[in-house]
Amino acid sequence: MLPKFSHVRPSSLRQAVQQLASSGSHVHAGGTDLLGCLRDGVFGAEKIVSITGIGELRGINSREDGAVRIGALTTLSEVATSPLIAQNYALLAQAAAAAASPQLRNQGTIGGNLCQRPRCWYFRGDFQCLRKGGDTCFAINGENEFHCVFGGSRCYIVHPSDTAPALVALDARAHIRGPLGMRVVPLGSFFVLPALDLARENVLRSGEIITHISLPPLAPGSISSYRKVRARGSWDFALAGLALALKLTGRRVDWSRVVLSGVAPIPWRSSETEKVLLGRDLNPRTLREAADAATRGAEPLSQNGYKVELVRGIVEESLRAIMESHPETPSERT
Amino acid sequence: MNEDHDLKRTDDPCSRVSRRGFLESVGVGMTGIAVASNLSAQDAEELTEDAEPKKLSLVINGRKHMLIVEPRTNLLYVLREKLGMTGTKPGCERGECGACTVLIDDKSRYSCLTLAFEADGHDVTTIEGLVHGEKLGVVQQAFLEKDAFQCGYCTPGQIMAAEGLLRSNHDPSDEEIREGMSGNLCRCGAYQHIFKAVRRAAELKKEEGSA
Ligand SMILES: Cc1cc2nc3c(=O)[nH]c(=O)nc-3n(C[C@H](O)[C@H](O)[C@H](O)COP(=O)(O)OP(=O)(O)OC[C@H]3O[C@@H](n4cnc5c(N)ncnc54)[C@H](O)[C@@H]3O)c2cc1C
Ligand code: FES
Ligand code: FES
Repeated sequence: MLPKFSHVRPSSLRQAVQQLASSGSHVHAGGTDLLGCLRDGVFGAEKIVSITGIGELRGINSREDGAVRIGALTTLSEVATSPLIAQNYALLAQAAAAAASPQLRNQGTIGGNLCQRPRCWYFRGDFQCLRKGGDTCFAINGENEFHCVFGGSRCYIVHPSDTAPALVALDARAHIRGPLGMRVVPLGSFFVLPALDLARENVLRSGEIITHISLPPLAPGSISSYRKVRARGSWDFALAGLALALKLTGRRVDWSRVVLSGVAPIPWRSSETEKVLLGRDLNPRTLREAADAATRGAEPLSQNGYKVELVRGIVEESLRAIMESHPETPSERT
Repeated sequence: MNEDHDLKRTDDPCSRVSRRGFLESVGVGMTGIAVASNLSAQDAEELTEDAEPKKLSLVINGRKHMLIVEPRTNLLYVLREKLGMTGTKPGCERGECGACTVLIDDKSRYSCLTLAFEADGHDVTTIEGLVHGEKLGVVQQAFLEKDAFQCGYCTPGQIMAAEGLLRSNHDPSDEEIREGMSGNLCRCGAYQHIFKAVRRAAELKKEEGSA
């Protein structure tokens, strides 16, 4: 049995924000992460404010300016199978399809996927760890095979979401409604490193609700892909993953976004890799340099050094696949 | 029993719930009426913020049930403990094993991670709802034919996952079957046979559709 809480299901955003004003209240979307946390006593709840009765939070539409809007309650299945998403943002469709299991994708929402809590087994388990208000990160001297190699400090979680790195790579923005009205936060600055705040993984303040995500149009001819490496063939969280978006002329990179999953407390954008790629032709040398750049600054713990090699491998492999499917840059031949 | 009417079929297998389930479902239904009639409009507002049991109506296998449950109760618990529908199995209760799979509006979901109140307004289908009178549903039939279980504990969940898959995809490829069934674990490792059963079920559904 879950611990006791009250449950309200308001039908408007305004009411939902009001309901969230009382302390100990939590947003419930699909509930797949929230109920797991409550069950394992990761945190408690006085009140569950379910937003599933708010129709305007659902659905995927394209807007006149070419942007696409995804309601926060849109399920991962809907994102994964939407023709609009598949055509324009292949990377996001692939990331949503790679997350969790069919049942969880039918239930879990894109908003919830971004706001899910870390999967660190100390955090989820019976440990009063730093992130839960204790004074120790047990991963530092403990079992840290699945922890971060970038961006850790005092706490070494990885961000568990597959859609988050995809959305960062697509320059998506989160539209947020709170007691003070609406605000818009680029996904690239939505997530919070432990150095900034140990108790939360994103900038949401209490009482705030993500209403939708907006995606700007990608430049025509852009390519994008999501590659995820797991410990087993079936559903699992990423050991490491790569959200990649590129604009090429022939094989020359005009623009790129390189965002790693599974290796840092936030989706880890590698600006260094993007810099290496900018204006260069995809060739074996560029690939190698890009892969090296992606691993620069990694600080593995005692058991997770393999993640550094994984990052090197997936960056090189994903870029090679793109190189091989594109003709050489015209100017090169002349 | 007037709160407990059939919406779709009268031959629904759930009208044959166990005696325990029957008594509980009627019992709570009647308390529901008693509580409801004592409520004034402004009380109703407050009741919604209470962690104590409150009224809930659920449509399960086409049949409406009136219940009184605590907000923290999950659908799995309601099915098994309140309604005596023990076909849906508890396993991990963390979304990891699939034993508790049911359909909600034709989509497979884990009932362990679904609050009972969140199923309000939706159609819930459980393994009991796949039988037509004495006749097994085609997915059940296919699991029998292909011997797709050993201990059988995971089987209702596997069948519901397959049913959900086939309702959205009538002609799944081998890869789509593997992916579609990946949210269900089998500790006996009957995966090969489960895979064949789902393929067989897809055929049977097609035959049924064209018949
Ligand atoms: C066994 C298992 C395996 C999984 N594997 C993966 C995986 O491989 N990859 C992956 O990406 N995910 C994985 N997940 C996570 C799963 O995808 C998430 O649980 C799901 O996406 C969360 O969505 P939800 O709607 O159910 O969120 P909820 O559980 O309802 O909410 C999650 C959190 O977000 C908050 N929240 C939800 N919606 C909003 C909103 N609109 N505004 C503000 N706050 C909000 C809630 O308060 C809560 O804290 C897995 C989960 C499980 C249980
Ligand atoms: S009991 Fe629900 S998934 Fe295991
Ligand atoms: S048949 Fe025993 S768990 Fe699947």
